Amino acid sequence: MIRFFKPSVFILSIFPFLIICYKIFYNELGPEPVKEVTHFTGEWTLIFICLTLSMSPLKRLTNFAFWVKTRRMLGLFVFFYATLHLLTYIGIDYRFDWSQILDDVVKKKYIFIGFSAWLLLIPLAATSSQKMIKLLKQNWKKLHKLIYVIAIFGSLHYIWLSKSIFFKPLIYTSIIILLLLARIRFKKAS
Amino acid sequence: MKKIKYLEITPENIYKNRRKFVKNLGLAAGSMFLGQNLITSANAKNEELKLTDYKYVTTYNNYYEFGTGKNHPVERSQKFKTKPWDLVIDGEVETPLTLSMEEVKLLFPSEERIYKLRCVEGWSMVIPWLGFPLNKILKKASPTSKAKFVKFTSVLDPDQMIGQRYPILDWPYKEGLRIDEAMHDLTILVTGLYGKELPNQNGSPLRLMVPWKYGFKSAKAIVNIKLVEKMPTSSWMKASPMEYGFYSNVNPRVDHPRWSQATERVIGESIISPRIPTTMFNGYGDEVASLYNGMDLKKYF
Repeated sequence: MIRFFKPSVFILSIFPFLIICYKIFYNELGPEPVKEVTHFTGEWTLIFICLTLSMSPLKRLTNFAFWVKTRRMLGLFVFFYATLHLLTYIGIDYRFDWSQILDDVVKKKYIFIGFSAWLLLIPLAATSSQKMIKLLKQNWKKLHKLIYVIAIFGSLHYIWLSKSIFFKPLIYTSIIILLLLARIRFKKAS
Repeated sequence: MKKIKYLEITPENIYKNRRKFVKNLGLAAGSMFLGQNLITSANAKNEELKLTDYKYVTTYNNYYEFGTGKNHPVERSQKFKTKPWDLVIDGEVETPLTLSMEEVKLLFPSEERIYKLRCVEGWSMVIPWLGFPLNKILKKASPTSKAKFVKFTSVLDPDQMIGQRYPILDWPYKEGLRIDEAMHDLTILVTGLYGKELPNQNGSPLRLMVPWKYGFKSAKAIVNIKLVEKMPTSSWMKASPMEYGFYSNVNPRVDHPRWSQATERVIGESIISPRIPTTMFNGYGDEVASLYNGMDLKKYF
């Protein structure tokens, strides 16, 4: 079953990317195209963070191992969409105007925390191979706990950039908090 | 007095011949304010100024009474009842007024004014509004010497406005102006746009438009204009006093704590068009800068 499950998850995960490419190509991005691409890639990063964090609770609930086997791929999609999000901001929105970008990173806390979250994703993406798991052994697990920090940074990024926490930032933050709380409980039980 | 209607300067024509448009626009501005010596500097100086599509003006709105999404106002406001509608002008005035919208329209005929709307979120539109100077209606009520500020209150109707069922802001929406800002000829009460009645999602039946301030200052669906002695607290000031000041003048040098105000995106432009620099007082500095002589605009943001 896992043989079909993983490729289907991959195809589903690449779908948002195809949608935004279609929208760019056919000019269907609406009144503020750059913001549309930025928000789209940002929101899908958050969705993939939530999906990645749901895998081990799902495994415990259902006792199916394949949830955890797709976790790494979903995690890499977090990095993929986060990178697209960052590139949209740097390349399309600010057109590589580094002084303006640097100014934003230093002065605007939502940019600062968003950028930090992306930096923290790099070691996770870099150590995602089977080789690295073997190489790092116990440290690999510890290192990959960074996703919890990244998830919190991601939701703060969303809250701080919004004029009001209602409703989407609140929804994503609640989901992330629930998924993190689920872990504390499981640990005590086991 | 010849009035240039938006139809004579539709975006389609502009795309075809921008130079001609600039000439027309100058003519429009000139004839509109004939005798008032009021040619808006943004219109006169900024050659790139072109009308935002009606489609975007009426589908991309911030109107939290109907929800926080840009598409929510148009989707959720179509059944909103704007008739009957009474406007009350009271507080520090000699003659408090209660006017129906029909009376407002009869007493104060609207004229077309092309203003740029700059949102605090960093985007802008150019809209042909229909409206009349706020000072006309204020003068009718005769403000007393105690009237130092003007407080605007929007309608409170959670049954019709879904956003008001949640504590997004301190409902009803409140905004304020200093009396000299309110009396300024550029400050208008809006009854329509693009030669038509004001759509519900744009603040029907009556909204404010203060072109040199960020968009949120221009309260929608106004039911009460109160002249007061003390500076009123607006809903946004109450929600986040560090981020939203009373003045909220468009100012590229004073950043919002969370986002830069140096540049803006023009609504309706393609994905490859760059941001444009934001101008002081949204381009209306020649007319309004004197209102703030000697004031530290970093402190009074």
